[in-house]
Amino acid sequence: MAGTGEIEVTPREEILDRVRKALGRKAGQGRDRVPEPRIRIPEIPPERRVALFAERLEALGGKVYRAAALAQVRDITAGILEGSAAVCSMDPLLEKAGIPGLPGVVSGFGDEPSLRAACAAAPFGITGADYGLAETGSIVTRSVSEARLISLLPPAHIAVLPVSRMLTGLDEFYSELPMPADAASSTVFITGPSRSADIEMILVRGVHGPRVIHVIVVDEEHATNR
Amino acid sequence: MLMKPEQEKQIRQTVADPKIQLALYSATARLKEKREEVVAPEALPEYQELRTQANRIKKHTLENLDVYLEEFEANVEAHGGKVVYARNGQEVTDFILGLARERGVKMLVKSKSMTTEEIHLNERLEHHHLEAVETDLGEYIIQLAHDRPYHIVAPAVHMTRQDVADVFEKNLTDPRTEEPGKQAMIARRNLREKFLEAGIGISGANFLVADSGAVCIVENEGNARLTTTAPPIHIAVAGIEKMIPRARDLAVFLKLLARSGTGQLLTVYTSFLSGPRRGGEADGPAEFYVVLMDNGRTRLLADAEKRQSLYCIRCGACLNACPVYRKIGGHNYPGAYSGPIGAIITPQYQGIAKDPWLPFASSLCGACAEVCPVKIDIPKILLDLRKEVMEDRAARGDGFLERKAFQMYGWLTRRPKLYALAGRIGARMARAPGAASMGPAAKWASVREVPLPARKSFRDQWREREKSK
Repeated sequence: MAGTGEIEVTPREEILDRVRKALGRKAGQGRDRVPEPRIRIPEIPPERRVALFAERLEALGGKVYRAAALAQVRDITAGILEGSAAVCSMDPLLEKAGIPGLPGVVSGFGDEPSLRAACAAAPFGITGADYGLAETGSIVTRSVSEARLISLLPPAHIAVLPVSRMLTGLDEFYSELPMPADAASSTVFITGPSRSADIEMILVRGVHGPRVIHVIVVDEEHATNR
Repeated sequence: MLMKPEQEKQIRQTVADPKIQLALYSATARLKEKREEVVAPEALPEYQELRTQANRIKKHTLENLDVYLEEFEANVEAHGGKVVYARNGQEVTDFILGLARERGVKMLVKSKSMTTEEIHLNERLEHHHLEAVETDLGEYIIQLAHDRPYHIVAPAVHMTRQDVADVFEKNLTDPRTEEPGKQAMIARRNLREKFLEAGIGISGANFLVADSGAVCIVENEGNARLTTTAPPIHIAVAGIEKMIPRARDLAVFLKLLARSGTGQLLTVYTSFLSGPRRGGEADGPAEFYVVLMDNGRTRLLADAEKRQSLYCIRCGACLNACPVYRKIGGHNYPGAYSGPIGAIITPQYQGIAKDPWLPFASSLCGACAEVCPVKIDIPKILLDLRKEVMEDRAARGDGFLERKAFQMYGWLTRRPKLYALAGRIGARMARAPGAASMGPAAKWASVREVPLPARKSFRDQWREREKSK
């Protein structure tokens, strides 16, 4: 307190002080050598990766499609939507595939409230995916390239993943991107549709996030320039 | 002796309740089996290596925790977030209340967090008229029922669909249904509104990542993603022990956590969040805070032997493996944490005097240590705590008779002739009908099968054999 002559110890100082006392360490003392985590990237050929990814994601109730070219992505998407409305993200790949031009698909929001309102109403959200993780059937979306809400609020999610972005799994991901926070405030692994077993251990899908997830894996040379 | 009669009565009720026993047995059996499948050598050959590594990384992090706390703090701030230190639950509450008042927030949403259970955050906030809504399906049901979580990863495991229907009927306007799928959709609809209205989202953290200034949160429903995305403010509340050095350490921990907890390879959503929304990002919170809480952890840190209790990543595998938890369930453990891990951390956080029976609520079978993904030697810590409890009782003059009895036994064992005589007399007395249910050992014998002593002692048999040679 000012004027009383007392020095107030902040919780920060006190906790750091307690930690140091508990460990017998001094302020400013360096740390010991940190053990390295086990990171071993398995050798899985690209085609096998896609097959493994599909196997894992389908076991969780997700659906996987294979497109030989971007033009097919549009047809597959239209087939899934069957005329339903959808919110489409700003991913250049989706634009190149012509998805925003599909009937009922809206894209490009000037502000967050309109994005939020659209996501809360739309039956489908369409996004890109920065990476795929074959061993777990996961896709990786980062806030640097994707709005977070498009893969979260609508009851169904369609993601388009270039085959060149299919990694083997977590080990390769952390080798490729050891510092995910440098690029984006949010990096999310999505592994199948939202689920819960909180009532009598009975599996229920779509509790808060999407009940359905479709991943379209596309072979496209120049799809990788992101 | 150590346990209060009402606690013992409660435990007897749980054990005698067929509904709870069935729910407990089947849920834990299922989680146990699923875990075993995905950590089997065919499925994950490197499982043991990962456990050893996870243990080493946690050990290192805690031994250098001050450095990592400061590194974490600097990195959160570099990304535009803020770190708040809190010595206890009161300081966590004060911070949240203060911020809510400043920003004019009346309602907040929460995703599942054992740390906030530990400090009874919801009750504290509601006492100050700040509505805190749990959004994990199980936690939501528990909150509406004014109940407390039964299991670290399956909070409503003790409730049936009929119980859920009753709770919803009492608290919500939706028509009654006993179908879990429809019940989940009722929760989805009611909570969706809350997510979009809430001024603050409070989450826990499975990991605090020092090199990134990030919190990592794993979940299956999407409620943690919504909690940390939809409201304009995200506050993560975590114990200081949740620290790991680097993002890439997650390659070890994520492989272990979901497999050990629910038998999944990864949970549906794994979020890695650092700081508020950045320039050019379309959505996400405008403000980002991490509250680092002590609440007894630094006291535990000072004990080099028991420090490993802080390695826990809250997977719940030890609960599913524990023959005691599987009979007595979650509510018979005091505090937020149940099962073997609760039996070691609760007494250390709150002091051993409060619930001295806790470390004794174990058969020391070792199943918990066997399944622990970070290799905490739980039975060893239970034994250490038992020793502390007995020393504490001795210091207070309790347990006089028991101590005297063992002292006499010690005296006797040093006198072979007298010991043999006492053995013969004792054996004959113990073989008398009804002997086991009488005397000072009656209580001990009431829950155990007491084997009858042999008609002839080993010494006598030996002597006879030697003679007949």
